[in-house]
Amino acid sequence: MRHVISAIVENKSGVLSHIAGLFSSRGFNIDSLTVGRTENPALSRMTIVVAGDDAILEQVRKQLGKVIDVIKVSDFAGKDIVQREQALIKVGCNNENRQQVVALVEVFEGKVVDISPGDMMVELSGPEAKVDAFVEMMRPYGIREMVRTGLVAMARGG
Amino acid sequence: MATKGAQILVDSLINEGVEHIFGYPGGSVLPLFDVLYDAPVKFYLTRHEQGAAHAADGYARSSGRVGVCIATSGPGATNLTTGIATANMDSVPMVAITGQVKTNLIGNDAFQEADVTGITRPITKHNYLVKDIRDLARVIKEAFHIASTGRPGPVVVDVPVDITTSELEGEPDRTMHLPGYKPVTEGHSRQIKSAAAAINESLRPVLYVGGGVITAGAHEEVRKLAEAANVPVTMTLMGLGAFPGDHRLSLGMLGMHGTAAANYAVTESDLIIAVGARFDDRVTGRVDSFAPSAKVIHIDIDPTSISKNVRAHIPVVGDAKSILTEMLPLVTHSAREAWHTQIEDWKRKHPLNYNGNGGRIKPQSVIQQLCKMAPQDAIIATEVGQNQMWTALWYTFRRPRTLISSGGLGTMGFGFPAALGAQVAWPDRCVVDIAGDGSIQMNIQELGTAVQYKLPVKIVILNNGCLGMVRQWQELFYKHRYSQTILCATPDFVKLADAYGATGYRITDPGEVGDALQKTLRTPGPVILDVHVEQEENVFPMVPAGQAINRMIGGMA
Ligand SMILES: Cc1ncc(C[n+]2csc(CCOP(=O)(O)OP(=O)(O)O)c2C)c(N)n1
Repeated sequence: MRHVISAIVENKSGVLSHIAGLFSSRGFNIDSLTVGRTENPALSRMTIVVAGDDAILEQVRKQLGKVIDVIKVSDFAGKDIVQREQALIKVGCNNENRQQVVALVEVFEGKVVDISPGDMMVELSGPEAKVDAFVEMMRPYGIREMVRTGLVAMARGG
Repeated sequence: MATKGAQILVDSLINEGVEHIFGYPGGSVLPLFDVLYDAPVKFYLTRHEQGAAHAADGYARSSGRVGVCIATSGPGATNLTTGIATANMDSVPMVAITGQVKTNLIGNDAFQEADVTGITRPITKHNYLVKDIRDLARVIKEAFHIASTGRPGPVVVDVPVDITTSELEGEPDRTMHLPGYKPVTEGHSRQIKSAAAAINESLRPVLYVGGGVITAGAHEEVRKLAEAANVPVTMTLMGLGAFPGDHRLSLGMLGMHGTAAANYAVTESDLIIAVGARFDDRVTGRVDSFAPSAKVIHIDIDPTSISKNVRAHIPVVGDAKSILTEMLPLVTHSAREAWHTQIEDWKRKHPLNYNGNGGRIKPQSVIQQLCKMAPQDAIIATEVGQNQMWTALWYTFRRPRTLISSGGLGTMGFGFPAALGAQVAWPDRCVVDIAGDGSIQMNIQELGTAVQYKLPVKIVILNNGCLGMVRQWQELFYKHRYSQTILCATPDFVKLADAYGATGYRITDPGEVGDALQKTLRTPGPVILDVHVEQEENVFPMVPAGQAINRMIGGMA
């Protein structure tokens, strides 16, 4: 099972390494971890995707809560959330198939951000599954390079 | 008015009520030691920073106050780490202050630089690198608060030398800012009610008491609960002293070297009431055979301890003392005749025993006799290995904070410096370190500290000429192949004591034990009593690692 957890942390040096260290020393598997600024300049928000059963999820949540620089931990299990991931993908193409690739990019509501004779760079954002699906569609053309940001998420409503 | 950082730091320590500091100087803490030179605190110069950390730890364990140690940057700080990790595993409140290279040199591999916050992150409750003199006073205040509240633990404050030499205008700000730190204290009332109901319904309950009870000062409440509900009590190594070992309801210690009565009772129980204990693998053995038919009530201040190893049916997060106080009026007395008869039967059939015959001194008998002779309030520290387990089994602890032992980390070399710290906290009490000939050599240099500060700790070495506990495992599980466990070239401890200006005695005959212990306890100043004991004596009962705890071997009459 994969779970999405969000942690509001103090925006201080050392917090990221602390949390990364916590995950490795406790043997938790992180699928992705993102950190970024929030509406409050003193705080950052981490979105962590972990793999494991409910008992592991509970430990992850509690262990995060125990870190003094972590202010709040929310577990998105069963909640209505918006989740997004962004990807930059450099895919091979030539004069013959360029139009096919562009058409697929349009279907996925992506954007071509750079183009050269042998490849193009595509930017795509959306739920993880959508990014996964697009990546699969691009494979036959040859993915030269890819970077995904990892997930960010927010609960809907108040 | 401008104040130097070093002065702010020392003032902050005094503000926290610090009276005793253990440590060792060096380049990056020179400004600090200059202020300490005439500060109203008593400083104990140990002979190794590890000794300072363990001494601060022993001071804290024996008194409940925050222990403080100081070391210089680089090697000074890394020498503290074993002591910090030891304190962390056993939830001991400690503040360790380390010097650091100048702020602008950090990260440059400067002389005596080590990434102390990086190194100590996994072995502390929290740590700080102070990069701005304006943060210094607040950080020290927060460090003491974090170390001593909730589930206590060590906090490291790493202070670059230029922070201690620079100056701050005006009064330093001490206002704590800890939005992410809110330890839970009050237990949930509904959970407390269901716990009490479960106790009242239970036919075969067992109280399983850990070090958290001692930390919380909840030993009286545990005794009242056990008596009110008529429930037998077993203790972990860290929990010894939390309940009187000679009480009719005491089962003694449980786990790998637990008593038969304790391990059988837990296995047959229908309700485990865990208080301030964390279901460590040395306690549970094979987890799926641990208390297989029991419901589990788990009272603990640390939510991460709950359902980590064994699932709790009724978790109660909070301070044990307040939770038990709230629970007490809700429990009823029940005879549970069948259960108590069964337990008495186990106790009678399987008492602790050893073969006292043969010409050599039996280590168990040394502990037994010491227990009879030492004053009721004596503080007993141990090293790690057989000496530790024999002490746990054969010494009857009746009061909290009378056993000082490294449980979680199992640190050889802990006992002696920790005993020195305990003696500093309690100058008038009898403090004994029960040692092995291996462990004592790990921090033997602290004899210098003991002599210099006239700390009259008595060291009883159960000298078996080997790393006994490891040898025992090799005997039982590695076909008697004693790989690197026979100790040679061990110094003459009597001469060694003499060389340091302490007193040393040696005995080899079982008939001498009583008199030698008397003499040791009566001799003023630090004393080593070197007791030559049977080499191949084993600690029994024993549950092989990873087995169910009712599968004990040896020592069963
Ligand atoms: C620092 C450290 N190193 C190694 C060990 C592993 N270890 C556990 S018990 C033990 C033997 C201890 O020997 P000794 O102090 O002579 O005590 P005895 O078991 O003989 O009573 C060893 C090596 C440890 N616990 N701590």
